[in-house]
Amino acid sequence: MGNTMTEQTQATDPKKTVPSQKDDNSSAIIRVEGMNKWYGDFHVLKNLNLNVRQGERIVICGPSGSGKSTFIRCINRLEEHQQGRIIVDNIELTDDIRHIDTVRREVGMVFQHFNLFPHLTVLENCCLSPIWVRKVPRREAEATAMEYLERVRIPEQASKFPGQLSGGQQQRVAIARALCMKPKIMLFDEPTSALDPEMIKEVLDVMIELAGSGMTMICVTHEMGFAKTVADRVIFMDSGEIVEEAPPHEFFTNPREPRTQKFLEQILQH
Amino acid sequence: MAEPMLKPPKIAISPVDWMRRNLFSSWYNSLLTIVVGYLVVTSVGPVFSWLFFEATFLGTDSSDCTGTGACWLFISQRLNFFIYGFYPDEFQWRVNIMFGLLAVCFVPQFIEGFPWRKWFGLFGLTGLPVVGYFLVPGGSFGLEAVESSKWGGLMLTLILAYIGIIASLPIGIVLALGRRSEMPIIRGICVVFIEVWRAVPLITVLFMASVMLPLFLPDGMNFEKLMRALIGITLWQSAYMAEVIRGGLQAIPRGQYEAADALGLGYWKKTGLIILPQALKMVIPGIVNTFISLFKDTTLVLIIGLFDILGTVQSTITDPAWQNVAIEGYVFVAFCFWVFCFGISRYSQNLERKLDTGHKT
Repeated sequence: MGNTMTEQTQATDPKKTVPSQKDDNSSAIIRVEGMNKWYGDFHVLKNLNLNVRQGERIVICGPSGSGKSTFIRCINRLEEHQQGRIIVDNIELTDDIRHIDTVRREVGMVFQHFNLFPHLTVLENCCLSPIWVRKVPRREAEATAMEYLERVRIPEQASKFPGQLSGGQQQRVAIARALCMKPKIMLFDEPTSALDPEMIKEVLDVMIELAGSGMTMICVTHEMGFAKTVADRVIFMDSGEIVEEAPPHEFFTNPREPRTQKFLEQILQH
Repeated sequence: MAEPMLKPPKIAISPVDWMRRNLFSSWYNSLLTIVVGYLVVTSVGPVFSWLFFEATFLGTDSSDCTGTGACWLFISQRLNFFIYGFYPDEFQWRVNIMFGLLAVCFVPQFIEGFPWRKWFGLFGLTGLPVVGYFLVPGGSFGLEAVESSKWGGLMLTLILAYIGIIASLPIGIVLALGRRSEMPIIRGICVVFIEVWRAVPLITVLFMASVMLPLFLPDGMNFEKLMRALIGITLWQSAYMAEVIRGGLQAIPRGQYEAADALGLGYWKKTGLIILPQALKMVIPGIVNTFISLFKDTTLVLIIGLFDILGTVQSTITDPAWQNVAIEGYVFVAFCFWVFCFGISRYSQNLERKLDTGHKT
């Protein structure tokens, strides 16, 4: 309990830099320290620790219900944690709504079910937040949006409504929408899980290209091919814990933990 | 272009075939068709002849009515009273301006591609009540004051319904949002407000507004009876509206809230730009339903002594100069209500189609 008190007092200044601990921690853009979360009595996330450097690409995998989605949703405070610290871009996430909004501005998120705004066109979806949150002039926001729509290869759909697009196209719009805020970090929460097989590739291609551009990315995904190609580190989670953390070649060829081995056997079988 | 496109087969049915299939497919269907057909022929004919063919349209007083058909003279002779109540003849142009503005604002809404029609509509919702506030009661800008006790007829019905409608929608939105608030006090206030007002019959509200409210107010402070009725109707209606809108809010998937949160839109921007536009669109049928029932419920002001269109007609029916005209009077009232309510309904369907981006998330 005393622990939480000190956390709160430390968190008063949003831009206060957190003193670096050891080695290369100071360059970490996301720092998770001893983070715990409960749903009622259910302990979903157990003592998670993670440092993510600027430009690092991390893939989180694990069986369903292991808490991986919950974990990345804590990073932009769609879920709140009860214990430990999460520091994103030098801002600690607390109950302070200003901190949360500041963090969310710098963290883009792509959801499993796209969550595009169905009453707005593709272009409006992309411009909304830059205009209202970043206060970018409309014309400029539209130009940026078109730029990103071109990058995700659907500029021709700009004036359509999300409901008129295929799942793959919608997900690419969702990526463009997040990028329009010029975020420092991108979170992907199972971005291809709701897609038909032939659409998965078009979304992954966009994500691979994004990874090549130096974006800091955390992806919860079951696409092991993607993990192998782009990830700097693969994290395996099971029942709320980080079980194993390794570079992809090591993770796939030589997993240490029995739980990881079992998981890999199951998903790589077919 | 390897193969020609296959067109769907054309199915043509001759009228005789259609009748055989739909009206005379079996002996009991045939019987039903004949019986219903007989009833239609025997009832529609007399109704039309009463309404039009044998009805009296021209003349000056009740002695001109032949007696077999409807006596529409009664309506045309007393039309002024039915529309304006006791509003003095020499000031009726002020009310006419309001009728004109109402038409100017809302008729374009039915015409696709009418220039600036959005602005006409917006003026109708915001400017029109302001203009009306100065024009109809008078008392300022050199306009002679006309007490609200002299207002009546269709004009009063429209004032009650219009103010009730445009005031109850925003109040309802606020209540609905409040009821879903995470702050216990705000939620509590909204829940109590909604549950109290919604559980009371409108008649009771009107009685309380006209009889009891003055007892509680300090001496010298008094609203006009019309104002009290308006406040009562509006608050009562906004409780209903709140629940309709809450239904829409609940239908918005959680992903929409999360997406808005993740983009850093705060509560108000999220609500105003993402949630409400979708929620309101979804409950247009419910909102319009509430509007229409409010429009008709305004007739209840009769019991606190306000003469809306039904009140003026009813009081004229008892006029000795016009006898046996009750049916004509009520048909006329029903027709007036139908015209307005049907208009509202058509407009809402039009709006639904226009706002339909078709596809849910």
